Amino acid sequence: MKTQTINTKQEVAEKTQRISGSEAIVRSLMAEGVDILYGYPGGAIMPVYDELYKFQDKIHHVLTRHEQGAAHAAQGYARISGKVGVAMATSGPGATNLITGIADAQIDSTPLVCITGQVPSHLLGSDAFQETDIVGISTPVTKWNCQVTKSEDIPEAIAKAFYIARSGRPGPVLVDITKDAQFGELDFKYEKCKGVRSYYPVPKTSQASINAAAELINNAKKPMIVWGQGVILGQAEEELKAVIEKAGIPAAWTILGASALPTSHPLNIGMVGMHGNYAPNKLTNECDVLIAIGMRFDDRVTGSLDTYAKQAKIIHFDIDPAEIDKNVKTDVAVLGNSKESLAMLFDALNENTHESWLQEFKNLYTIEFEKVIKNDLHPTKEGLTMGEVLKQINIESKGNAAIVSDVGQHQMIACRYSDFNITKSNITSGGLGTMGFALPAAIGAKMAAPEREVVAIIGDGGYQMNIQELGTIFQQKAAVKIVVLNNEFLGMVRQWQQLFFDKRYASTEMTNPNFVAIAEGYYIKARKVIKREELADAVKEMMTSKESYFLEVCVEKEDNVFPMIPSGASVSDIRLS
Amino acid sequence: MNEEIKSLTISVYTENNIGLLNRISAIFQRRHINIESLTTSQSEIDGVNRFVIVVNVTETNAIKIVKQIEKQVETIKAYCHTDEETIFTESCMFKIKSDLLFDEPQIQNIIKESDSNIVTVNKEFFVLEKSGRRNEIESLRRDLNVFGIMQFVRSGRIAVTKDEMKITEMLSAFNNQ
Ligand SMILES: Cc1ncc(C[n+]2csc(CCOP(=O)(O)OP(=O)(O)O)c2C)c(N)n1
Ligand SMILES: [Mg+2]
Repeated sequence: MKTQTINTKQEVAEKTQRISGSEAIVRSLMAEGVDILYGYPGGAIMPVYDELYKFQDKIHHVLTRHEQGAAHAAQGYARISGKVGVAMATSGPGATNLITGIADAQIDSTPLVCITGQVPSHLLGSDAFQETDIVGISTPVTKWNCQVTKSEDIPEAIAKAFYIARSGRPGPVLVDITKDAQFGELDFKYEKCKGVRSYYPVPKTSQASINAAAELINNAKKPMIVWGQGVILGQAEEELKAVIEKAGIPAAWTILGASALPTSHPLNIGMVGMHGNYAPNKLTNECDVLIAIGMRFDDRVTGSLDTYAKQAKIIHFDIDPAEIDKNVKTDVAVLGNSKESLAMLFDALNENTHESWLQEFKNLYTIEFEKVIKNDLHPTKEGLTMGEVLKQINIESKGNAAIVSDVGQHQMIACRYSDFNITKSNITSGGLGTMGFALPAAIGAKMAAPEREVVAIIGDGGYQMNIQELGTIFQQKAAVKIVVLNNEFLGMVRQWQQLFFDKRYASTEMTNPNFVAIAEGYYIKARKVIKREELADAVKEMMTSKESYFLEVCVEKEDNVFPMIPSGASVSDIRLS
Repeated sequence: MNEEIKSLTISVYTENNIGLLNRISAIFQRRHINIESLTTSQSEIDGVNRFVIVVNVTETNAIKIVKQIEKQVETIKAYCHTDEETIFTESCMFKIKSDLLFDEPQIQNIIKESDSNIVTVNKEFFVLEKSGRRNEIESLRRDLNVFGIMQFVRSGRIAVTKDEMKITEMLSAFNNQ
């Protein structure tokens, strides 16, 4: 390979051995500490599966039922553990089926290493059976990718892949390996990658930028923090909490930042964004200093940029220089790893409180509670709400479960109402909004953290996008709890049709199958709830089950999620109804 | 906020990697930015490539693009410069019927005045080469067009910057790590 890298010999490096490329792939994965990977076999990757068979007591390959499931399962594994998730597929359709998961990981900065088999190198470019230019196809949705055609290049490519996937701003990496490279032999020696010459994953935090940020914050009357997943990826939860508490700053989170600070923390003022909380959205346009930490001012967070926090000084902490000034012009940019930069900020901050400013958030919360939350969590109407299901789950989990949500109304409800005590507990497809994410991601999460309670919250639409993964749950005995909030609609799209397309419900109503029978067909314990009286008991039964459990809750068909910032509107124009 | 659209030269130092051209051009494509020209070659450092990309965009957008390019793992460093900050040139070739060289005495004058060179002559055709600014090349093309051009081709811009790039320093910092 042409790029210069720094490699360090592994402490326990096996002495050089002559082995096959496919064995080198498996040994390289093991050298990176991989004990679980998700995938699906096929012609161009069969030599590797043959090696996985030999090493099955050391490395557990999980056969998903679709390669998309493998990619999302690897994502779930990575999101809950902070480790690199690994997915494997054959060439052609196997590889292309990974793409949605890879794109999801790219936009949500999830570390993945995907290994695909490829036709033998002499057939490349000949339109061979199951040949597809997966390096070309995956280029726009990977942090890095490469094709390996020589056996001796395998260890270095895999070492580089893991290093790039996990370092700096994490992301997905794809290594495409031709079948002849898998069959060929090499002298195997594994050296972990410690650096790539052209790649600077963590910019140094300058003390000057910290001082400038601290000065703005120390003089602020109405400071507000919005943190994102950068806090979780940087393992900076403690540092964030310390900063918030020392300077007494109300702090809100983006959807991917959820759970970095317990939801019960007195300075946690809720979620920003399209279906976020009323107070932090409204007061974004009232604060005098906005401190963005490890977030990227996504349009679902900012609404119209022309009217976003124009009155405020903006401080932006990020590891990725390309995020600075990308969407919102900053006054002070603080580059670097959030763990270090927040620790430096802590030292430079004055102790402070902002009681009357915090009171403004509480006042707006009261309004949101009266207009929205009360009806969601304590409904008086007959139909069940999604919110009351989440409330029951909170009661049973005591806020200690990991919540894996799919995409749609149920996702917004899950993110709004879940209690979180533990970090890395909100696993959802944020940037890409991939329906079908939750069921496989929950499998990966549960397998990475078997001691954790993992509850998947899924809509009746998205559930049917990767429903085949029930087979994986059954075969792997993964004790995932699955909740389908069935409104018999593609609810979120229907909500938009109601609000913006005069209720023309084009192709959003679904005639659904017998979900309980399907789960039972996979030998998964299943129950359906239609009436409020049954809900508490059913949730309790699910949460106390030692095995996987499927719970369908039939909810009101045409409920809407509020608050809502209509797309393109200002955060100030957030609607409560 | 109507920022001026300028002709800007983006210079990129990269590892010599097959897929990188795709990654870099995709950054422009996604943002619907037309690439006026793109050339890539060996740079002053062995094994390091240099891209010279000319685009018409605002400086704000150019800076965002430069950051996106730098974000690519195999990019060493990217810069953006205005025309005034660089020394640049393009080159072109004309293939013309040899008869004209003798039948049209005017052509000889045009060649002399335009600072172009005859690369080769045979019985059928001769080839003229010129490097310079776009307007000089264009005016030569117009002048020769009167007599008929068999083939014309022009390269993209190549440019060096007036200020230092310090790539060697960056790379040695890595090697001393
Ligand atoms: C793969 C994919 N296709 C389409 C969409 C567009 N989309 C967003 S939400 C939604 C409806 C989801 O319906 P359901 O899963 O039943 O959840 P609900 O909103 O009803 O809770 C759709 C179709 C998407 N996000 N992902
Ligand atoms: Mg639905």
